[in-house]
Amino acid sequence: MNALKRSLKELANYPSAIGGGIIILFLVFLAVYAIVTIPYSEAIRLWRGGEEIWGDNPRIVPPAWTNFFRRAKQPETIVLDSRDPADLISKTVTEISEGMWDVVMTFDFDYNYDAFPQDLIVFMNAAFVEKGPFVSMFWITPDGREIRLGEVTAKRSETYRFAQDERLLRRLKGVDPQIALFADPDKETPTVLKGKYQLRIDAVIFEENADLEAKFIAYGKVHGLAGTDHRRRDLTIALLWGTPIALSFGLLAALGTSVITMAIAAIGVWFGGVVDELIQRITQINILLPTLPILIMVGTFQSRSIWVILGWIILLNLFGGAIISFRAVFLQIKESPYIEAARSYGASSWRIIFLYLVPRIIPVLIPNLVNGIPAFVFLEASLALLGLGDPVLPTWGKLIDDARSNGALYNAQYFWVMEPAILLMLAGLGFAMMGFALDRVFNPRLREV
Amino acid sequence: MTEAALPVPSGVETSKTRPSRNSTLKLMRYVVIKLISLFIAVTIGVYLTILIANMGGYVDEILKGQIRESISVSISMDPTKKNLTMAERGQLIDELVALEEHRLGLDQPFLLRSFRFLGRALTLNLGRAQRMASDSGSKLVRNIILERLPPTLLLMGTSSMSLFFITLFIALFLSRNYGSLLDKLVIALSPTSAAPAWFYGIFLLLLFAAVLAWLPFGGMVDAPPPEAPIDYALSLVRHLILPVIAWLISGFFAGVYGYRTFFLIFSMEDYVELARAKGLTSREIERRYVLRPTLPNIITNFALTVIGLWNGATILETVFNWPGIGRLIYQAVGLYDSPVIIGTTVINAYLLAITVFLLDFIYALVDPRVRVGSGGPRS
Repeated sequence: MNALKRSLKELANYPSAIGGGIIILFLVFLAVYAIVTIPYSEAIRLWRGGEEIWGDNPRIVPPAWTNFFRRAKQPETIVLDSRDPADLISKTVTEISEGMWDVVMTFDFDYNYDAFPQDLIVFMNAAFVEKGPFVSMFWITPDGREIRLGEVTAKRSETYRFAQDERLLRRLKGVDPQIALFADPDKETPTVLKGKYQLRIDAVIFEENADLEAKFIAYGKVHGLAGTDHRRRDLTIALLWGTPIALSFGLLAALGTSVITMAIAAIGVWFGGVVDELIQRITQINILLPTLPILIMVGTFQSRSIWVILGWIILLNLFGGAIISFRAVFLQIKESPYIEAARSYGASSWRIIFLYLVPRIIPVLIPNLVNGIPAFVFLEASLALLGLGDPVLPTWGKLIDDARSNGALYNAQYFWVMEPAILLMLAGLGFAMMGFALDRVFNPRLREV
Repeated sequence: MTEAALPVPSGVETSKTRPSRNSTLKLMRYVVIKLISLFIAVTIGVYLTILIANMGGYVDEILKGQIRESISVSISMDPTKKNLTMAERGQLIDELVALEEHRLGLDQPFLLRSFRFLGRALTLNLGRAQRMASDSGSKLVRNIILERLPPTLLLMGTSSMSLFFITLFIALFLSRNYGSLLDKLVIALSPTSAAPAWFYGIFLLLLFAAVLAWLPFGGMVDAPPPEAPIDYALSLVRHLILPVIAWLISGFFAGVYGYRTFFLIFSMEDYVELARAKGLTSREIERRYVLRPTLPNIITNFALTVIGLWNGATILETVFNWPGIGRLIYQAVGLYDSPVIIGTTVINAYLLAITVFLLDFIYALVDPRVRVGSGGPRS
């Protein structure tokens, strides 16, 4: 145990161990943060919940902090809800005539960005018994122009998309509403007119208890810490939750394969004869099995759950190539005098294997284990890239797959690929750097060169 | 995983001088035993793959369901069968389903079929694909695989071979200049090889295809393929650049580091010191005392490269839309086409076994400590 402590102290002399350690600590911190702040069920809800959870987010936009590097500031999403008292929407109800009331809502907001929004939508919820309210909408620009938008007879739940209103489009001479409504009329090229905008919703209701609530959304072109994907989901959740999944998957797979493989090698070497022969034959067969195709088959036919895949990975690696190198080391240890001593005082086989043989191999095992982690982290991403990612959990690999299959590279949506890729790279590098240093600490032969 | 299939020289007993007739006999015996043991391993490996590729018969259930559905639809769409009663129609469907299942052999128990599969697979009678077809329209698994082999060999051959030789030569150079800035740089960068080739492929696509638009996004040639052979070759090269570079980046630093360390360890042996003391030139020392003993390991690595070459790189090919074996496996799995999956596995297993077998002999040629037939390697 003291030797182990000394070795660990020695690690501090290696810059790559320190670098790797910092990266690993950062990832562990990120993982713990993700699990603590967003519980598992909440993460699943946020990632799988449905339109009502991410409907207010823009579609495929880069993170908000990219504005820092841009000269033309891209807009963030503006959401104004008549039910939310914080949005300061004035709502007045006046009776026009017998059985007819006028509900007027005005949505005020400042628009000081340099680019036009992605899309404009008004969601309406009407409460009525027989006849739905008749809604007309008006747009008031900072320079005082009033533009008539569309009219709708609201159903219980109504969506008014500015860009799909043909008559509005004709009135704006074919220019997209999200541009025409914000553009400075005096400029040749469309330029944003900054200032206070107003949307007035004028609804005529025909029943005493009828009512109308509205939510106006000007979808921005940047969002949050990490941006959004093709389904408007906030990537932050997947990036955060991908961390504990990637770490636990890599660690469990590396641990499972190396520890069990080592135990098998130890048993084979100790008992020798038929057992050893059998283990070697199985290893030979195992090596002929195509790992990746089998994992693809499992993913297609059986289950895409990453825990099932994890089980198969461990199963397929039980008799993997590592057995050969463990075996070579065990063969040497088996001949050492202290093993002979143990045998002579009558220690049982299992005692010798697990108390005398296995501890001696820890110097080989630890670097092997740490070096194995990146391979498994990337294996999970590889499977996700083949469309076999876990159907429920958000993982980094699935983000890259989503981005790739939605043409993020063709459409210059680089943030979508880069964010998960950088995290993957960090995880890979962190463990590889640590493993590199461990290798040198525990293998004196490497240290000289 | 594959490295364990290769014999380890340390496990081989040293040779003793013996009469030559006796040694020929021993050699024969050794070859036969080795072949039998490898064949048994291939058989079991292929059978396991058959079991897994059919998920123990589960795939048959999927296929049966699909057959019934497509026959029911085709009968309900057929105007000549309109005036049949429900019972008659049901009977007709049952008959056609039974006929189709009999054609595909699905009416027999899976266990029986799995052994027939095994027999045919081992005799390289790979049969017909259930769904896939080659571009020329053939349903024979052999033709499908043969059609996909050249692209894989082109891609993997170019990338693996260049990686192998480049890393080897740069490692030799670094072991000569050990401790130099370049040496330290390579060591520092060796953890970057933790990421697989497809991962760098995505970055390269992003940079050279998306941002700079210098090189294509994927595929093997432009569409439509150029007529003139020179244009065709140029287009091929343009499509090759990115996947090959991705492969090189992912393997380069760890490869160089590995070889370099290996050479250094060997160049610290006492006999190298002695040679140096004798006043031999460093070139001579390198050739006689460093490269010679490391040759078996270099050959092992080369063999592993060759095996990987047949296998293709499923994900690299998928990312770059390269029409090779790797992508074939992926597509076959997506279509539940077990004959194609098993076909590629069988060929792969055979190639692996042949490589392992040949390696034993090559070892004997380059490593005087190893002699074929001296009891046989224990791998």
